[in-house]
Amino acid sequence: MSNDYILEMKNIHKSFGGLRALVDVTLELKKSEIVGLVGDNAAGKSTLMKILTGAYNADSGTIIVEGKEVFIKSPHISRALGIEMVYQDLELCQNLDVPANLFLGREVISSTGFRFLKKRVMENQALDILHRLKIDIHNPRVQVNKLSGGQQQAVAIGRAVSFDPKIVIMDEPTANLALVEIDKVLETTLTLKNHGISIIFISHRLQDVFTVADKIFVLNHGRKAALLEKEKTNRDEVVKYMFMEPKHI
Amino acid sequence: MSNLTVNGRSEAKKFDIKQWAIYFIMLGIFIVFAIFLRERGFLSLVNLMNIFRQTAIISIMAVGFTFMLASGEFDLSIGSTVALSALVGALMLQRAGIALAIFAAVAVGATVGFANGFFVVKAKMPSILATIAMMGIIHGFARWITHLQAVPVINDRFTYTFGGGNVGPIPTLFIWTLVVMVIGHIAMVNTLFGRKVLAIGGNQAAARLSGINVSRVKWLLFMIMGMISSLSGLLYSGRLHAARYTYGEQDLFTIVAAVVIGGNSIYGGTGTIIGAVVGSIIIGMVNNGLILFGFSVDQQVIFRGVIILIAVALSPKGPKE
Repeated sequence: MSNDYILEMKNIHKSFGGLRALVDVTLELKKSEIVGLVGDNAAGKSTLMKILTGAYNADSGTIIVEGKEVFIKSPHISRALGIEMVYQDLELCQNLDVPANLFLGREVISSTGFRFLKKRVMENQALDILHRLKIDIHNPRVQVNKLSGGQQQAVAIGRAVSFDPKIVIMDEPTANLALVEIDKVLETTLTLKNHGISIIFISHRLQDVFTVADKIFVLNHGRKAALLEKEKTNRDEVVKYMFMEPKHI
Repeated sequence: MSNLTVNGRSEAKKFDIKQWAIYFIMLGIFIVFAIFLRERGFLSLVNLMNIFRQTAIISIMAVGFTFMLASGEFDLSIGSTVALSALVGALMLQRAGIALAIFAAVAVGATVGFANGFFVVKAKMPSILATIAMMGIIHGFARWITHLQAVPVINDRFTYTFGGGNVGPIPTLFIWTLVVMVIGHIAMVNTLFGRKVLAIGGNQAAARLSGINVSRVKWLLFMIMGMISSLSGLLYSGRLHAARYTYGEQDLFTIVAAVVIGGNSIYGGTGTIIGAVVGSIIIGMVNNGLILFGFSVDQQVIFRGVIILIAVALSPKGPKE
């Protein structure tokens, strides 16, 4: 029974009315592994991830986390299982500072009735998280909208990591970033892997996928088109699987 | 070591001139008036206290309005809530004791706030529309219950407590303003509640995603705003020894101006309480100056409109920008 997969999504089916969004998709992820999830628009990437985060329920199929079958009926359950998503549009409060964003929704407060914020405690813990991820933001009290796109992405990743997750899903983390910042985000991604976190890395930028991923999972029209070892494939092959006609899958 | 400080964009601490501009503006106006209106008594203690008395109630409501705006919502019904609370309080004062009068007045605000919250949170109405409708309803009630008649307030203890008296040399209005401002400031900056309000105003989707009960916070905000309006109604009737349906009618305009001049974004996500109070004092000073310069009431109204336009034009834009 036991294997070294931290996550197994098996034979997942999902339809929206007549549209078959996912057909018999099986995706597996090992501890400290980065799987690049690629595919053209509407290939089913985000549907698959929404099933994993509890935003959608699959029509059929099983999800196994650390060897146990789980039923992810809500985002709450997904988070409790140690699955965190870093969203493409960041989901940060631009008007708040870095610790406020890292701790949004689970602030450290005093035990008195007035629920005062323990700002110093949160700030120190925030610095600790930033340090662990080697994110260089010296003044955490700065409002997030004063940070560069890459720094904001780093804060979003830091927020996900602060929940102590086992699995992090990163949705287009390098979109809309300056080239020099992309490298930093990729570096942070690899730091997460070194901390034992497993990652599903969704990106349109194949060069980024090739930089960080161990394996590349190609979705095409809702079906698994290929699972490729990074070392044994190349960009042309991945593109071929992404865009080939469905009848060949 | 990785370094995400790139493109020369640094997050280092900088002296943010914008953050302090409001205080310099206040000081500047004060100095200009002190020089040009010295002969006409701008600097006299009586005049300065007068400015203060006239702005105190605006300041108190500006504190509440800053919370509303911080969450990205509006409450336009506050002016008429002031009037109805004042009238209900005064009528109760004639029939029952002070305690019941206060309770009844505050209950008016809480009820209006509850209804506003219902229409915004449950019926999903935009707060501007819901509270405009509410403004009309409440105003109608305020005119109706006393047939446009003023209700005299002759209870000394009441008038002393609510804005008419002095503790030593300090007017009770000053104490009320200070208390509301300090509580508001601490609540905004140092409590979980303030944090939630700012998060909602900054990015409602993110706030919801992080588990904040957005509906509950907003509902509570409308009720607090309503109760602050009630307090203002009590202060008006205490200070002027009567309750009238016209109380608060002109205030909305001034409150919005005060909050925005104070450095708050009309698009939500900012919450400087002290700025809002300073904004209200600035408007009070300008009004006073215009009177001393000899401008008519009509001209003052025009001037106030111009100030609001300028303030909103200079106000911080939406957090997304």
